[in-house]
Amino acid sequence: MIVGERKSLEDIRKMISGYRKVLVAGCGTCVTVCFAGGEKEVATLSSALRLAAKKGGDGIEILEATIQRQCDIEFIQELKEKVEQVEAILSMGCGAGVQTIAETFREIPVYPALNTRFIGRTDEQGLWSERCAACGDCLLHLTGGICPVARCSKSILNGPCGGSKDGKCEIKSEVDCAWQLIYDRLKALGQLNKLEEIIPVKDWSANRDGGPRKQVREDMKL
Amino acid sequence: MVEKKNPFSPKIAAFCCFHSAYQAADIAGAMRNPYAEGVYLLRVPCAGKIEELHILQAFEKGADGVLVLACPEESCHYISGNIRAKKRVGHILQLLEAIGLEPDRLKIFNLASNQAPKFVEVVKGMAQRIKDLGPSPIKAGDSGR
Amino acid sequence: MKSGSNLEKILESGQFAVTGECGPPQGADRSVIERKAQFLRGNVDAVNVTDNQTSIVRMSSIATCALLNQMGLEGTMQMVTRDRNRIAMQSDIFGAYALGIKNILCLSGDHQSFGNHPTSKNVFDLDSIQLIHAVRQMRDEGKVLGGDEIKGVPKMFIGAAANPFADPFEFRVVRLAKKVAAGADFIQTQCIYNMDKFEKWMQMVRDRGLHEKVHILAGVTPLKSVGMAKYMKEKVAGMDVPDEIIERLKGAPKEKKAEEGINICLETIQRLKEIKGVHGIHLMAIEWEEMVPVIVKKAGLLPRPTPPSEVKK
Repeated sequence: MIVGERKSLEDIRKMISGYRKVLVAGCGTCVTVCFAGGEKEVATLSSALRLAAKKGGDGIEILEATIQRQCDIEFIQELKEKVEQVEAILSMGCGAGVQTIAETFREIPVYPALNTRFIGRTDEQGLWSERCAACGDCLLHLTGGICPVARCSKSILNGPCGGSKDGKCEIKSEVDCAWQLIYDRLKALGQLNKLEEIIPVKDWSANRDGGPRKQVREDMKL
Repeated sequence: MVEKKNPFSPKIAAFCCFHSAYQAADIAGAMRNPYAEGVYLLRVPCAGKIEELHILQAFEKGADGVLVLACPEESCHYISGNIRAKKRVGHILQLLEAIGLEPDRLKIFNLASNQAPKFVEVVKGMAQRIKDLGPSPIKAGDSGR
Repeated sequence: MKSGSNLEKILESGQFAVTGECGPPQGADRSVIERKAQFLRGNVDAVNVTDNQTSIVRMSSIATCALLNQMGLEGTMQMVTRDRNRIAMQSDIFGAYALGIKNILCLSGDHQSFGNHPTSKNVFDLDSIQLIHAVRQMRDEGKVLGGDEIKGVPKMFIGAAANPFADPFEFRVVRLAKKVAAGADFIQTQCIYNMDKFEKWMQMVRDRGLHEKVHILAGVTPLKSVGMAKYMKEKVAGMDVPDEIIERLKGAPKEKKAEEGINICLETIQRLKEIKGVHGIHLMAIEWEEMVPVIVKKAGLLPRPTPPSEVKK
């Protein structure tokens, strides 16, 4: 899922300063799972914004709404009635969500309450880590199901580099060396021979480097 | 003419774990052991049930201070609800700071169901602390400086 | 001859090679290079120039190599894949060769978080092995990675780094084999303090026959002080400094610590000369370049086979 984290209250307040009536919109999918922008987080942020506004001698009226997903226009339409009552929207969705709201309600400013950080998974409740870089050309079949593009700090395809120590990355000890993980996994699978092959240069044009991407299923279009 | 200021009487929201603090409060009451005025007891099944939102709402509704009263560390009836409560309080203190509320306005204590005197001591201590701090700065926005 | 460089000639003739290192300045002051060059001239066969080492911005390796060449030395251009994509790297290789640079060492590079621009984007379009392959393709097939023919083929002598002390230990030699398969002509290792581990690694190298396919130069760095030894042990990625070394330095009297460091270095070089498959040493006298002439002389490695060439102005 997409993992994001709420921006600081200070940054959020700066964004919406001057507005007296704001809609805080949450998303019921990824950001709910990582406790960043779901219904509860919408309520908490709204309360904090009201408190801070009051302390500052201002008032602010906040409408709250959480929809299933912010990346599908059909859900965003559900916000219409509330949107008509406010001066600005503060979206607690990921970057895709913020933009979809902005594209749907063009007459009203939309602000991001979150920093969208990565595609990852839940390691345990309260801890999420990055797994996928959306490079567009998946090579997990070559590396035992562990991604060197996302999990190696240098995205090396023929690793590890000389900085790998005790299974950790040179940049900090909290980061696992992806290539140690790959080595251990392939060893357990009896597939170490895969590492004797050189993985050739990557086609980064399939990644964001090639420009903003689109995907189509003609057969599914109405 | 010297205007006489109304003495500030703190309003404190005390989230009391049913298995410990709430019972201690009951005993204190039965023993006619007076604790401070203006303390609102909010009974919860476990301190771990308290969410950040509840604490914020307490301040929104006019609390000058908030207490979270949990079971002693090894005795939570739900194993680690009190540990969760401690973490949550720690987390929300950062948000309170960003809002502009002094960290002393939110405190967490552990006590057992038979510790009525401790309950009284904790509540009195909090009331004094809040008295010294003054009314919540949120309310200052209401009635002017 | 692939490149005709001095380093290549010495290695191919079976002589024990000595390479040195020159770290460029954090600015455009060429006098720093001139100063370091005087200690290296006549004492080494080629000089590695680091490429924004530890991600700290320094004078470029290509420019520094060109200056060294003018000063009568042979530069070995280090190129990391951290900062440049394949377009820029191949372009720099063309330029380097046109400037008379014939040796290149292909590396991934330290992560940018170590340096003075930790917020920069990192590139890593290629990794070190893919870069070796690219340079070899340019040299031997006369084509760039994209397939176009090259007008003026850069005939580089291709080097790569090896770290016998990084993890996973059993895999390091497999990775070395991949570098050789990709086209590495010579290897320079991380500096060696743990001789036992190095000898183990060399055995694994020989078991795969790699010592006959590639020239291995063993890395050596003299320790100036206990502080330096500790720093290397704790703060430098991929470094193995055994406690005995630190104890030895601690045990030496205050005025004699540096001398003890040199002694350890000389003992290391002596042992390295005797290991089958080691074809030379790579002497990295970090911030102690003035010791290079001393060490090379005491190790019995003078005179170098090729006299220093005329200083070109």
